[in-house]
Amino acid sequence: MSTSSPPDPRSGLPLRARLATTVGGAAGRASRLAGRGDGSVIGGIIGLRLQPDLLCLLARGRRIVLVTGTNGKTTTTRLITAALGTLGQQIASNAFGANMEAGLVAALARAPDATMAVLEVDEKHMPAMLQATGAQVVTLLNLSRDQMDRAAEIWLLARRWRAVLAAAPDCRVIANADDPLVAWAAGQARRVTWVAAGQRWHDDSWCCPNCGSHLRRDGDDWHCGECPNRRPPVSWVLAGDEVIDPTGRSRPLDLLLPGRANRSNAVIALAVAEVFGVGFTQAMNAIQQVRSVAGRYTHVERRGCDLRLLLAKNPAGWLEALDVLAPAPVPVMLAVNAQVPDGKDTSWLWDVDYRRLRGRQVFVAGERKLDLAVRLEADEVAFRIVGSVDEAVDLARSPSMDVLANYTAFQQIRAVLGRTA
Amino acid sequence: MERGLGSGPSAIRLVWVYPDLLSTYGDRGNLLVLARRARLRGIPVEIAEVNSDQRVPVDGDIYLLGGGEDLPQVLAARRLRAGGGLSAAADRGAVVFAVCAGYQIIGTEFGGAEGEPVAGLGLLDLRSGRGQRRGVGEITADVDPALGVERLTGFENHQGTTVRGPEVKPLATVLTGVGNGDGTEGAYSGRVLGTYLHGPALVRNPSLADLLLGWVAGPLPPIDPRQEELVLNLRRERLAAVPG
Repeated sequence: MSTSSPPDPRSGLPLRARLATTVGGAAGRASRLAGRGDGSVIGGIIGLRLQPDLLCLLARGRRIVLVTGTNGKTTTTRLITAALGTLGQQIASNAFGANMEAGLVAALARAPDATMAVLEVDEKHMPAMLQATGAQVVTLLNLSRDQMDRAAEIWLLARRWRAVLAAAPDCRVIANADDPLVAWAAGQARRVTWVAAGQRWHDDSWCCPNCGSHLRRDGDDWHCGECPNRRPPVSWVLAGDEVIDPTGRSRPLDLLLPGRANRSNAVIALAVAEVFGVGFTQAMNAIQQVRSVAGRYTHVERRGCDLRLLLAKNPAGWLEALDVLAPAPVPVMLAVNAQVPDGKDTSWLWDVDYRRLRGRQVFVAGERKLDLAVRLEADEVAFRIVGSVDEAVDLARSPSMDVLANYTAFQQIRAVLGRTA
Repeated sequence: MERGLGSGPSAIRLVWVYPDLLSTYGDRGNLLVLARRARLRGIPVEIAEVNSDQRVPVDGDIYLLGGGEDLPQVLAARRLRAGGGLSAAADRGAVVFAVCAGYQIIGTEFGGAEGEPVAGLGLLDLRSGRGQRRGVGEITADVDPALGVERLTGFENHQGTTVRGPEVKPLATVLTGVGNGDGTEGAYSGRVLGTYLHGPALVRNPSLADLLLGWVAGPLPPIDPRQEELVLNLRRERLAAVPG
C-alpha cells in the first residue's frame, strides 16, 4: 500500500473529542481496576456519548484493517497485528474482542500515536464501521449460523456486506473464496485478494446466494448450476499444513496455534501482510510465534492438572474445536451458557456431532448443562455433570484436560482460573 | 403400512427431508430423539437423510422438515412440489412433522425472500406471511387435549404469521410467546403436524415425539425412567424459566 506517512492522528482531534477520549480512558482504567473486564467497552461508551462521531475522528489519518466473519476474528486480528508489527510501527487493536463501536473507539483512543490499526468487527456492524473508519483493508473470513436469536439471517448479512463493499471502491478486500457467502459478499468489490482458506462447515451454503439455486461442490470448488456464480480464482491457498503464496511457492505453516481453522486464519493474515508490503518470511515468523489469543488455547495449571482452554461459539466453531481436542484418553470438559452474547437458543447444540467423544471422560458444565447433557445422551456419549472446573479436575485425576466452552461460559471459567488464563 | 422387512418388529422409517436446505436451529435433534425413543422401546429404526438433489421416497413412516432461511425455503418448496414424493407419502397416510420454514412449506402458500407469495405443498390448508415483529424467545403452549400431549416448551425465532383453513386445527394455545400470531401455535390435520417451535421441539417435548411414534407403531410401552430423567429435568428447568 503506497500511502505516504499520515499526520499524527490526535493532532487533528477537536477539543471535545480529545476530552471524550480522555474521560473514556479514565473510565476504562477505573473499570479495569475494579476488576470488571478489560475496561475497554465502558470507556468507549462514555467517549461516544460525549462525541458521537468519535470513531470517525479517531480513525482519521490512520491505515486501518477491519477483520470480520463468524469465526476466527479475534485470532486473525492477533495474527495480522503480529505480522504488521514487524514494520516497527505502533498498531492499535481491540485485541480482546470488544468488536462493536465502543470497543473500536477504545482501541483507537488507547493508542493515539499508532498510525495503523487492526480491528476486529462484529459481522453485523461491519458496514457501519467501514463507513465510519474508512478502512483501507477489510478481511472477510467466513459466515455461518451464530446466535440466530439476535443476528440477522446470514444471507441478509452477506447482502449488506456486498452493498457496502460495492460502494467502497478504494477499499482492498481480503476474502475467503471457499465460503460461497463470503465470495458473493465480496463479489462487487473493486479490489479483492482471494484466499482459498477452506470451509469445514458447509451447512449454511448449499444455496447460491446470488440466485437461490443449488450450489454444486467438488472438493473445495463450487459453482452454481443455474447462474454464473462460481468460486473466484485464488491467489493464496491453504493446502493441508502448507500455504501456497501468489507466486506458487509452497511452504509449511508450523503454527503454535492448533487446528485447521487457525491455519486458515494464518493464510489470510499472510495475505493482509502482503498488502502492507511485509515480506513473507518476516510475516510468517511473527505469525508462528503467536501461542494464545485472549485466553484461547492458553494452558493453566490447576490442582496439578494442565488445563487447555478452547473457545467456540457456534456449530462451525465447535466442529473445528472438536478437531483440535487432545486425543483420548485426555478428558474433556464442555461448558455451555445461553446468555445474550451466546445466543439464548441452545438448539444449535444439535447441529454438532459429538460421537467422537465416545470412550473418554467427558464433563458437562455451564448454565445450560442440562441441554448439553440431553444432547450427549442422544449421541450415546457417557458424561458426568459438574458444577465447576475444579470439580471436573478432581474427578478426572488426569495430568491434563481440554476445556471447551462457549462465550460467557469461557469468560466465567477464565474468571475462576484468574486473569492469567 | 407394508414395510417388507420380514420377521420381528418392523422398523420405523424416518425420512429427514432436505437437511441441506431445511436444517437450522438443530433440526437434527428431532430425528435423533425419534430414533432414540423408538429404540429404547425395542423398535428398530431406519433413517433416510434425503438431500434436495435426491428423490424423496414415498414409503417412509415419518417425514421431518426443519427450519431454513428464505432462499433455501423457496428452493426446497420448489423441489418438493416438482418431485411429488412427500405429497404422495402424505396422501397414503404417512406422518409429517414440520418445523418453522418447513411448517410454512407444508401449507398452501408462504412469503418468499421479498415477501412475494410462494406456493407450498398444500398438505395443510394454511397460509403464512410476514408479521409485524419477529417472535424470538422461549415459548410455552397448551396442546389440543384431543392429542394427549403435555405442555409444549420451545424456542421460537420467526417473523411468520400463519392462518388456518377450516379443516385444520391449531396444535396448541399459546401461554407465552407468539406462535401463529393469533394466540395459537402450530397446526395439524390427520397425521400432518406443523409448529414454529425449535428447542428442538421433540427434544423438549417427548410426549409430542411419542404422539408421532404412536401414530405409526400403535400403543407404546413406557421407557425406563432412568432414560427419561435428564430430559424431564430439562423440561422442568425450561418451563420454570418462562415468566408467568
